[in-house]
Amino acid sequence: MTAAGAVLILAVLLIVLALVYFLVSTIVQLRRITAGLDEVIAGVGEIVEKSAPVNDVVTAINQQLDAGVDLLEGLLVKKAGLRDAVGLIDGVYPGAAADGLRNFPESTDVDAPRIGEVYTRGTLSLARLGREAPIAAVSPRGAVLRNIAGGSLAARMLYPHVRHESPEKLPGSPGIGADAPDQYEQRDDIGAPRKRFPASRS
Amino acid sequence: MTLLWIGNAVLLLVVLPLVVYLLRGVLEAAKSIVPSVNKIATVAAAGSKDLDAAALLLTTQDQVTRTVAGVANYGGSLDVILDDAEEERG
Repeated sequence: MTAAGAVLILAVLLIVLALVYFLVSTIVQLRRITAGLDEVIAGVGEIVEKSAPVNDVVTAINQQLDAGVDLLEGLLVKKAGLRDAVGLIDGVYPGAAADGLRNFPESTDVDAPRIGEVYTRGTLSLARLGREAPIAAVSPRGAVLRNIAGGSLAARMLYPHVRHESPEKLPGSPGIGADAPDQYEQRDDIGAPRKRFPASRS
Repeated sequence: MTLLWIGNAVLLLVVLPLVVYLLRGVLEAAKSIVPSVNKIATVAAAGSKDLDAAALLLTTQDQVTRTVAGVANYGGSLDVILDDAEEERG
């Protein structure tokens, strides 16, 4: 065998060894990847299985809630009127009037009365009850207290007070200071040590 | 004979390094995939565990149905008790 032939065999042997080493290492890594992907497939299979009924259930829940919203919106508008209904909703949920009512597209154009600034939430709830409400006991046979056109005035009439009905000139608060019209004498005891009373004899 | 030596030189100096370089790249790429696959497997298992509560949606659906039915009953009663806004104006 010539030297050139021996070198050729050595070169081929080196190449084969390199191929074996790297290919076997690659096979080992690919088997690890396969094992990992098996775990992934198992997990994803569980996810698919568990989430399969979610779509139908959520759709059914949304349908139920839609029916509830339709019912409540319709009842509110029927009983309170569109303008007052929007004002009521805006009073309970500030800013909600801008979104309007879902089944009443014209509600977005309504100038909502500021009911929330006049009534408290509890008063609002009672006022919605109309003549049967305890808040209407003042005039059970009169008109319903809630007045769509003049809701603010009706609310003030619920709590008669001098400040609510054209008040007279109320006495002003006393002025204080060096330039105040009424000057008061300075008390001597202010700043002095506190008086101590003798101990009581029992 | 000279050609054989040239061939040997090419084999040792060009082919062998090229084979090693290419196979090493394949091996490194395969090694880099393994951690990613393991992380994905962990996330998939966690996601599957998170969905254990999805079965409670059936309870939620039942509760929503009952609640809406109750609201409908109250709404029907209120519709009878309260005057309509149109009637009040009149």
